[in-house]
Amino acid sequence: MLIIRNLHAEVEDKQILKGIDLTVNAGEVHAIMGPNGSGKSSLAAVLAGREGYNVTEGEVLYEGKNLLEMAPEVRAREGVFLAFQYPIEIPGVSNINFLKTALAEIREYKNLPPLDAKEFLQLSREKQRLVEFDAKLVNRSLNEGFSGGEKKRNEIFQLAMLEPSLAILDETDSGLDIDALRIVSKGVNKLRSPGNAFIIITHYQRLLEYIVPDFVHVLYDGRIVKSGTKELALELEEKGYDWLKEESREKEVTIS
Amino acid sequence: MSTIQEQGVPLFGEIVEGYNKRSASDAATVESADLRRARQSAFEKFRLLGFPTIKHEDWKYTNLNRFLKEEYSIEAKSIQVPKITNATIPGLDAYRVVLVNGVWDGKVSGGPLPSGLVIMRVAEALRDPTFAGYFENGKWGNHAFPNLNTALFTDGLLVQVNGTVENPLHIVHYYTAEQNILVQPRHLWIIGANAEVTMVETVHSASGEARVLVNSLTEVIADRNARVGHLVIQAAEAGVRLVNHTTVRQKKQSLYNNYTFTFPGAELVRNDLQLRLEEDHTETHLYGLYLTAGQQLVDNHTLVDHQKPNCFSNEHYKGVLLERSTGVFNGKVYVHPDAQKTNAFQQNNNLVISKHATIDSKPELEIFADDVKCSHGSTVGQFSEDALFYLRARGIGEEKAKALLIAAFAFDVTEKIKLEPVQKYINQLINHHIPANNG
Repeated sequence: MLIIRNLHAEVEDKQILKGIDLTVNAGEVHAIMGPNGSGKSSLAAVLAGREGYNVTEGEVLYEGKNLLEMAPEVRAREGVFLAFQYPIEIPGVSNINFLKTALAEIREYKNLPPLDAKEFLQLSREKQRLVEFDAKLVNRSLNEGFSGGEKKRNEIFQLAMLEPSLAILDETDSGLDIDALRIVSKGVNKLRSPGNAFIIITHYQRLLEYIVPDFVHVLYDGRIVKSGTKELALELEEKGYDWLKEESREKEVTIS
Repeated sequence: MSTIQEQGVPLFGEIVEGYNKRSASDAATVESADLRRARQSAFEKFRLLGFPTIKHEDWKYTNLNRFLKEEYSIEAKSIQVPKITNATIPGLDAYRVVLVNGVWDGKVSGGPLPSGLVIMRVAEALRDPTFAGYFENGKWGNHAFPNLNTALFTDGLLVQVNGTVENPLHIVHYYTAEQNILVQPRHLWIIGANAEVTMVETVHSASGEARVLVNSLTEVIADRNARVGHLVIQAAEAGVRLVNHTTVRQKKQSLYNNYTFTFPGAELVRNDLQLRLEEDHTETHLYGLYLTAGQQLVDNHTLVDHQKPNCFSNEHYKGVLLERSTGVFNGKVYVHPDAQKTNAFQQNNNLVISKHATIDSKPELEIFADDVKCSHGSTVGQFSEDALFYLRARGIGEEKAKALLIAAFAFDVTEKIKLEPVQKYINQLINHHIPANNG
């Protein structure tokens, strides 16, 4: 589904990603962990097409197509979804109209007829139940005055509505209490299927107790320095990131 | 002293000549002595003032040069009126009258008028002793355009309301010309004590080569306990230059709500909206939205004149500026020494979408009472890149995302419209005028 090869990117002339290789297949859940400033959120931003990130080397293939050439909205219509670390508040745009517009644009792109009002309402109700999203929030302005937890749950609700093939969750667990974390994870687990894939970016192992990944990668200084299975996450939890930093420094020394 | 005016503005000479010709004609001699006196003093004032230039503080950001270079005739020629389309508001159940170049043909659609609603041509009202007195006020201070209008107006619409009028009155102003003309409608709305009415004015025009310079003067009197809703939707085409002066006089405990919407089209729109709070315990809400494009210049000058105690006024104007357009907002709040316990609030927010667009925003508060609550705020900003990216990351195309953000920005004002069909109509106009390329 997604092949990242030797991806290098910079922000304001500062090299942030320094050669990332990653392959994600349908049905898989990949966790990307790493200390602050290692490039986790930058990787998510590059994949979603945020402005200001300049890819200097490497390629990203999504379903065999060059992802980096696509505008952000085209990536979304192709089935790439980024759950934001800091969802934006947009007063005056209602949550439900926003979703209706997004879904209509995605369906149009796929040559599907738009849902009529009744079908849309039905879908919305079904997904609200699935991810336990408060019906009261659906009709409010987009994220306006939502608590941190409500915003993250809204991201998962949008994920459920838009049914992407590849979902990238950027620190969705940050700022969540245990209950919210459980609800968000439950939602994600229900949405997992053999046809879709998840990249879960997180600082802590905590989220991975609820959403069990197939693979865990450790990002440090713009590179994936270690990959493994879910046991790697536990190891990181126990030992922290310092040993990896040293290991990668040693590697650099050997290379040079 | 008017040599500059004479040299640079052909219309000035046309006006002087036209006025002299008119005062000697039969049309003038049948008018009351008071009206003639008012016209004469207004004319002399105008001749002294000339057309305003950017040297006048009130016209500092609105340069009329490019609009006054051309010649305009002040003679109303009878013209072929085309079939007027697109001037209805879908779903609005209203009494509807159409004024072509300020002249009403006497027809009303939307059912027979209720007894509390009187509509009359101003040409006719001038001969009616009940109303003639209202037009004999020649005191428009140093405002050149109202003085000019007073000197030469011949017609317009008089509306008198008593009791509660359920359906709104929709006044369609339609401007059209075969050669460049100056049109000067004079309107008067008299809303009686305890009366309640909503007036919806829409401004449209024929698209043609000829220019129409409109110098419109409206006086609104909201008597004791009157409740007035006043919506103005300016959607004229290019070729129209609109100068609008509206003075509202509010009496004790009256409520007056004004909603002014200006859309791309007319090259010049200057709105002077003056609220004279002449008695205590009045309430006033002023909402405005200007969406400007092309080379358009849209200037909203408002004055809220708190003369008496315990009055409340709230003003919120928002602007969206596209392409090479210019917006001006000047909001003056004047609180007289007598006007204790005044509550006066004002806000102006602007979204400048194109780097070639300009906005001049100027709040002006002059407060001479000590026990008052007044505030003002003015902001100028661009699209939030974060918001735009968020919408696009959900599959919404860039243009549609921008349209959503513009509609969201306008929402604070549009949500205030109580008539649902009008709100819908405004939202459609907003969507219609957000071009594919916002640059």
